[in-house]
Amino acid sequence: MLKTLVSGDTPRSPILLAILIVILICLAFAPFLFPGVRSVDTAARICIFIVLVASYDLLLGYGGIVSFAHTMFFGLGAYGVALASTHMGRGFDALLVGSVAGAGLAALLALVIGLFSLRVRAIFFAMITLAVASAVAVLVSQLSTLTGGEDGLSFKIPRALGPAFKFMDGEIFGVKANGKLLKYYLVFISCFVLFLLMLRVVNSPFGRVLQAIRENDFRAEAIGYRVVHYRVAATCLSAAIAALAGALYAVWLRYVGPDTTLSMEIMIDILLMVVIGGMGTMYGAVIGATLFVLAQNYLQNVLSLAGESVSTLPLLPDLLNADRWLLWLGVLFILSVYFFPTGIVGRLRGK
Amino acid sequence: MSAAPEHAPTMAKMSLTERLAPHAPILLVIALILAGLVAIPATSSWLTLTVSGLAMGMMIFIMASGLTLVFGLMDVINFGHGAFVSVGAFVGVSFLLLLERMTGAPNLLWNLTALMVAIVGAMGATGVMGWAFERVIVKPVYGHHLKQILVTMGGLIVVEQLIIVLWGPEEIYITRPEALKGAITFAGAALEKYRLVAVGIGLVVFLAMRYTLRRTKIGLIVRAGVENGEMVQALGYNLRMVFIGVFVAGSALAGLGGVLWGLYQEVITAHMGNQTMILVFIVVIIGGLGSVEGCFIGALLVGLMQNYVAFLEPKAALISNIALMVAILMWRPMGMIPVVKAK
Repeated sequence: MLKTLVSGDTPRSPILLAILIVILICLAFAPFLFPGVRSVDTAARICIFIVLVASYDLLLGYGGIVSFAHTMFFGLGAYGVALASTHMGRGFDALLVGSVAGAGLAALLALVIGLFSLRVRAIFFAMITLAVASAVAVLVSQLSTLTGGEDGLSFKIPRALGPAFKFMDGEIFGVKANGKLLKYYLVFISCFVLFLLMLRVVNSPFGRVLQAIRENDFRAEAIGYRVVHYRVAATCLSAAIAALAGALYAVWLRYVGPDTTLSMEIMIDILLMVVIGGMGTMYGAVIGATLFVLAQNYLQNVLSLAGESVSTLPLLPDLLNADRWLLWLGVLFILSVYFFPTGIVGRLRGK
Repeated sequence: MSAAPEHAPTMAKMSLTERLAPHAPILLVIALILAGLVAIPATSSWLTLTVSGLAMGMMIFIMASGLTLVFGLMDVINFGHGAFVSVGAFVGVSFLLLLERMTGAPNLLWNLTALMVAIVGAMGATGVMGWAFERVIVKPVYGHHLKQILVTMGGLIVVEQLIIVLWGPEEIYITRPEALKGAITFAGAALEKYRLVAVGIGLVVFLAMRYTLRRTKIGLIVRAGVENGEMVQALGYNLRMVFIGVFVAGSALAGLGGVLWGLYQEVITAHMGNQTMILVFIVVIIGGLGSVEGCFIGALLVGLMQNYVAFLEPKAALISNIALMVAILMWRPMGMIPVVKAK
């Protein structure tokens, strides 16, 4: 039964299994295990980034396609929800319409970009997505009447998801039974379902063909698979799921802005998470996203401690400055592409 | 026995379109300039915009040429190319700030000397950096596009962060050398002096590059290498050395582009390289990966388009370049001047 749930793709490593179970338990009971605004917020971010990173992995790890437009799709979903909620008023219908419209638009855009670039050379795709994504980011910050520009949009979500709403009296294990709890579980369950869905996709015949194309596209074509169709389909699917993740993120934050959803920094974060976690394994996305979000929130403190301890030496304090943590992640990223192309999950599986 | 059919060879004159087809890309530039003339109401502003479009195009060309050659020669796609642009700009600007006495004096010769010193310094620094980048980052991932994209992107992140470590996180504002400030008036149009200098430098670089590629032996080897690398190696040339040379030259040119771009914008940030890469990629794609001429024409198109559209409808400027790319890819899916490859 459990095996069917994960589509027969078991972790295949006792340590990995243990880590995954710990992560799952921590996320499933985060509001009870780690009460506190910041830690619940971190847990929700982890859930959403797992889905986002897994959808990127579907493209990069399984399809062998590098895209730099993943934040654009993420942002489409987020802005979809924000715009629908602003114009249709607060309500679940607005959330639904916004996410579906965002996901549909993302898939359509992915289809157009994919047809243009994947038809010629897969390498064009990386460059074209980079160009299109930056153009969209600029456009969003310029169209301030519609999107709120640089300031972004704050909007109201259904009352049932707000802290003022009580769905039962009293507390559950010391946690207030309010809408905030419901919102967390909305995010968590949606992410869980989306993740299982992706696990299903990559272990389906479709996923196998994608992997075959990644390994040797010429051969896959010769066997009779329409390589372009599969690549474009993977792109659309991954874009739609990224948009849904964006919709969840918007619901969680009740805010969208270019910096939180569209920026190049997030794109680089996603890349780091996929590669460090392990390309071509859905579980890599779980590990990568969890580690990264935790590091983002807590590693900076460690670095600043290290920076203070060497503050008498020249240059070193600058290198160990808390704001320079991306430098070390970049180094780690390069090293992991060279030496551990299969990432943490690949190492644990002993490949 | 019937007589053999009369032999009447006809030599049909090639139709106009057939004769024009090989020159289509360059005609497109002229067509765009003419379209600008029609669309922009005042001739003087058209002239100003054309000059600034050409200047921008030249700078983008300088940055993009190395990228396209490196791809053509070794099938290496360098997403970290923008790092050289940033480093070039920072090194060049540091030199200009050191030579403040020379740049501050209202003497064109002194100013140009200072600019030249900055350019040589920046090109030297980025050239050395290019060599190191090739050795450390690119060499281990030959023949693997996916890893190349990832690793060079990682290199870009590291270099950007190192720039912040060395020069601080703030953006640096710079003023152009004294004699290059302001504009000259020609036929009622204000032409910024600096842009004219940029057009001049760009033309010199393009012509020098064209000469090297077309007339010298090393250029012959490079072109042959782009066409069919294995054959060149079979003839006994060390293509690897040639490639390192091209990579270093391309990096140095990116550094030159960085200095020019920094002075053009009058502000430099660690991320400027990656921002210019957006236009560079568009140029490289529409020109045809591996083609220097295509890159030049593509850069002019993008520069002109950007300036014309920014004048007519500011918000559409970047989108117009994407539209240009889409249109050209529909017309010629491999770019305007596709480089035929045996691969």
